[in-house]
Amino acid sequence: MAALADRIDSTTGEQVRRALAMERPGPKEVAALVSPASRAFLPEIERRARQVTLHRFGRVVQLFAPLYLSNRCTNRCAYCGFAADSDIRRADLTPVRALENARILHEQGFRHVLLVTGEDPAYYGAGDIEAVVRVVSDLFHSISIEVFPMSAQDYAHLAAAGVDGLTLYQETYDLATYAAVHLGGRKRSYEHRLEAMEHGGGAGFRTLGIGALLGLSFWRTEAVVLAMHAAYLSRRFWRSRVALSFPRLVDAGRGFPVAHPVSDDDLSHMMCALRLALPDAEMVVSTREPAWLRDRLVGLAVTRMSAGSRTSPDGYITSGAGQQFSVLDDRTPAQVADMLALAGYDPVFKDLDRALRAR
Amino acid sequence: MITSRHEDDALVIAGQRFDSRLLTGTGKFSDWRTMADAILASGSGLVTVALRRVDLGDPADSMMSHLSPSAYRILPNTSGARDAGEAVRIARLARAAGGFDWIKLEVTPEPNYMLPDPVETLKAAEMLVKDGFTVLPYINADPMLARRLEEAGCATVMPLGAPIGTSRGLRTRDQIGIIIEQSFVPVVVDAGLGLPSHAAEAMEMGADACLVNTAIAIADDPVRMARAFAAGVRAGREAFLAGHGGTSRLAQPSSPESGHVRGD
Repeated sequence: MAALADRIDSTTGEQVRRALAMERPGPKEVAALVSPASRAFLPEIERRARQVTLHRFGRVVQLFAPLYLSNRCTNRCAYCGFAADSDIRRADLTPVRALENARILHEQGFRHVLLVTGEDPAYYGAGDIEAVVRVVSDLFHSISIEVFPMSAQDYAHLAAAGVDGLTLYQETYDLATYAAVHLGGRKRSYEHRLEAMEHGGGAGFRTLGIGALLGLSFWRTEAVVLAMHAAYLSRRFWRSRVALSFPRLVDAGRGFPVAHPVSDDDLSHMMCALRLALPDAEMVVSTREPAWLRDRLVGLAVTRMSAGSRTSPDGYITSGAGQQFSVLDDRTPAQVADMLALAGYDPVFKDLDRALRAR
Repeated sequence: MITSRHEDDALVIAGQRFDSRLLTGTGKFSDWRTMADAILASGSGLVTVALRRVDLGDPADSMMSHLSPSAYRILPNTSGARDAGEAVRIARLARAAGGFDWIKLEVTPEPNYMLPDPVETLKAAEMLVKDGFTVLPYINADPMLARRLEEAGCATVMPLGAPIGTSRGLRTRDQIGIIIEQSFVPVVVDAGLGLPSHAAEAMEMGADACLVNTAIAIADDPVRMARAFAAGVRAGREAFLAGHGGTSRLAQPSSPESGHVRGD
């Protein structure tokens, strides 16, 4: 990582110019495109990103909602509200209660849902998630999961039950940082987590979502490794589309200091540089970000947004259970859709069909 | 007869006539109103709709409510299908939910370049034709595959000019030329046409029609771009029918010099 950081930092303006002159810069060019020297070229990088996004995705942005099923967790991640040693009210949803929450999302117009849990498979495991998938299946055309690393067999079961997307953030690609912030639980193993995405790719999910939790380490190096990871997944699991998320650390009430703050401009820079190298990757921005910034990122690189999110189990019906992070964009789904329309984008709630999902 | 072809130059697919040789798509538009206006301006009579985007079971689905079935033949497509099984499933869904029996067959398992899978496309085409569908398959510009699909009973072949959404024009020009030369079914150049001149070029070569979506949808003024593509398609078709003299690397005087009386 130190060598990579040096290479990024020593990039010259000429190298940036050369990367930008390429018709299609690849992951190899990301180091130049995120370098300090590239900041002077940000307007050009943003212009190119806007053009690529428009060409590949058109004037549309997909909307989805997260549905938190459980906040139980055996991991001790220093930054996370769900950490085992975090003093929050724990809760988990039965399939019936999950369906009640899902109906609210359906009424709001959502047809794509992301099911989220912490990591406590002995208490809330693959079978519990599968039971939820089966009861909410008729309400949604796309069901993704952002849960805990699973075996190839468990992923295959979930895919067969109708899950079409897998999201699993590596959190950071810097091994030392990874070890420093993952203090307990299965998540301590960097390799175990990385391998899980291989199992997911093998299970044939349509979308493989990856990301780094921005703020843990240097964003420029994370961007380069993220691009390499994405390019590798695209090549190896060529039937799956890679989705990149850009979660920035927000206060989860644990007083965890953000070691490497990522500014709004940094975030935009990172997304746009990656857009040039990965023109077909979905790019996701969540309600962790403030409304004004989300609005600005639409058109530049973003292709998917969550909206109206509640980040605690049962959050669409009751509050009280501990949340993973606090939402900064608290607009309703309808308000977000209106914003998109006003900006000249079609808010898309359905971009798959369950006929394509079921096996 | 040549004369009748000049006077009545309708595009005929599976026995149905279309006045326009421009087919359009419904994806990537900023809103349904713009989409509907652009399609109207294009003069297109055959409009493809991604089933993954619409809810056929919902009569109030906003996209379908903007496309009058009396004004257009709706051509559902199987976009999103990754193998023959998924394509057939979604085609049957279209027929069950909306009574659609024409299908634009797209099997694109690779999500980045979205190149069509020839093996699965042929397999799906055979199943769908047997099922009684009128099948219009999206293919790479592969003349052998085009022949096999024609033999399988497809109503057209739809070779790509360049990967979808790239606007790179007729990158597969030579292969498309062979397909045009060999096909008995209409050849519709689909995907990659970014400018009206690209569409004109395909029509000048003798393509029967062009399908354009992205270039219209993402233009600053989609309605105007739809008109521009309609004009490009018409111009190219007229040039083809007129029997253009082709192009040459050598200069050719526009007033022939041979036969001129020379003064000594």
